[in-house]
Amino acid sequence: MTPVSRAVVELAGVQQRYGDVVALDGADLTVSRGELLAIVGPSGSGKSTLLNIMGTLSRPSRGTVRIDGHDVAALSDRELSALRAGTIGFVFQQFHLSPGVPALDSVADGLLYSGTPHGERRRAAEAALREVGLGHRLWHRPHELSGGEKQRVAIARAVLGDPPLLLADEPTGALDSRSGAAVLDLLHGLHRAGTTVVVITHDRDIAASLPREVRLRDGRIEHDSAARRAVGAGGAR
Amino acid sequence: MKARTTGTAPRAARMSPADMLRVGGAGLRSRPMRVFLSALGIAIGIAAMVGVVGISTSSREDLNRKLDALGTNLLTVSPGQSFSGEEARLPKSAVQMIGRMPQVESVSAVGKTDAKVFRTDRVPEEETGGIAVLAARTDLPRTVGARLTAGRWLNAANSRYPAVVLGPKAADHLGIRTTGRDTQVWLGGRWFTVVGVLAPNELAPDLDASALVGWGAAARYLDFDGYPTTVHTRAEESAVGRVQELLGATANPESPNEVTVSRPSDALAAKEASDDALSGLLLGLGAVALLVGGVGVANTMVISVLERRAEIGLRRALGATRGQIRGQFLCESQLLSALGGIGGVLLGIAVTTGYAAYQGWPSVVPLWAMAGGVTATLVIGGLAGFYPAVRAARLPPTDALAAT
Repeated sequence: MTPVSRAVVELAGVQQRYGDVVALDGADLTVSRGELLAIVGPSGSGKSTLLNIMGTLSRPSRGTVRIDGHDVAALSDRELSALRAGTIGFVFQQFHLSPGVPALDSVADGLLYSGTPHGERRRAAEAALREVGLGHRLWHRPHELSGGEKQRVAIARAVLGDPPLLLADEPTGALDSRSGAAVLDLLHGLHRAGTTVVVITHDRDIAASLPREVRLRDGRIEHDSAARRAVGAGGAR
Repeated sequence: MKARTTGTAPRAARMSPADMLRVGGAGLRSRPMRVFLSALGIAIGIAAMVGVVGISTSSREDLNRKLDALGTNLLTVSPGQSFSGEEARLPKSAVQMIGRMPQVESVSAVGKTDAKVFRTDRVPEEETGGIAVLAARTDLPRTVGARLTAGRWLNAANSRYPAVVLGPKAADHLGIRTTGRDTQVWLGGRWFTVVGVLAPNELAPDLDASALVGWGAAARYLDFDGYPTTVHTRAEESAVGRVQELLGATANPESPNEVTVSRPSDALAAKEASDDALSGLLLGLGAVALLVGGVGVANTMVISVLERRAEIGLRRALGATRGQIRGQFLCESQLLSALGGIGGVLLGIAVTTGYAAYQGWPSVVPLWAMAGGVTATLVIGGLAGFYPAVRAARLPPTDALAAT
């Protein structure tokens, strides 16, 4: 983790309100390129709000958000879509695989909105599925896959096209411990290959096993294991 | 990893039409039963409309072919009513007079007799079956374009003897299948030999239910008075209108107002035109069915959007713009109704072909009806899908993802 590497995520004074409820209050967070970190907290602590803001799925009520150098406030909805298409990969607890669609096609959809031709998308999808160890499951549909396999399909879809930032929302939440470990191994592997991986979890053990841990409570960042280094890099608390 | 510089906003890639179709089609593939049922609604409407247009076109085509074969230049002269309200008569000289008109190609006549015809001499007097016995000139077939399905027409020789040619309905009623010396009917109190049977003739439908005997034979055996009751005239194609005007005065110069002149092909066309009103009504019913089908598609799309909030959220997370989500659902809606439209056109063609075959018509479905049917479904699909598509596109991605 060198201070000179450019930040992928920069949040400064980010606040998110829903009516009178403040879901996130004054969050400052910088994620540098190539990091692997956990955002951990009990339910209602603002993890999902933070994920949505980092993923540009929602705009904060206050504060600035920069993703891969782009100020989110300055981008139109259309430009944000393009930013997500090229820069951010998402992995969800519920996998979000369409019923009846073979794994290969689900994964290929990862590049659907990036302007990549159909044949190329499928070739990339096949390679990505082989990389996550599912080369033998190309034509299987979601109901024919185990939970762990489904999540690996979802990860293959998220990293298709090599986005610099991968956001994983409770990626092991719906899995048994062995499948969960395999999925975490996969995320570690992606991190080693250079992808920035942010894991949102309520599981303290998982959080503790990752190089950096950001703890949330009641919409505030309570603890950041990289705080000292972040202060050294300038700005963030 | 692509190099990016701060300050240049990322630009959304355009989706190719093929990808749009693929995404729209994928939505349909996952719910085949629902797709089938909502497409069926559209298909029924389109099939009804294509069927109505096809059947009326086929019927008109049949008429046109018949008229082409029969000619539209046949004019029929018959006695009208006199001033005193009695039945008028055509003069005996009418045929000759008309034959002298320069634009007349041929002329012939039949005259009504009071005789009755029966299968045998044992049939009671009252059971005439509505068959008229007419005296016919030997040149009648040439003028009205009559053909025979069996036997021969009256000729100079047998027209003076008890020989008869039956119209198709008359033959049917009398149970006559064959012709020849052994086939006889009881006509005017004596046996007449059936020498021929006519084919149906649309331009002279009166002949269908008639028994035709020679002019001479009628006078000799049936007390025929020699007055023609219908004079058939073929005029030159270019002069039909003029001949029609002059026929009355020519046939009966003394009292032209006692003559009725008609053009049978006009009557056929008028009958066809009166069918158009019914076609219009059926077409309207088809349009209502189509509208109901469109509402069905809209309903399906609204439900589809509600059910697929998570998918919409995922697609937004994958980088779909609002426009691309809107396009996906519009495309899906249009595919759905186009599916119904194509099915409906095929169904309409099948209905037309079946009905035309049953009626013995040529089967014609105009291209404009097929193209119009499919175009209409695309418009309906667009209208039905518009509101759901806009709803889907407006869905905030976070709400959509939270749906499951």
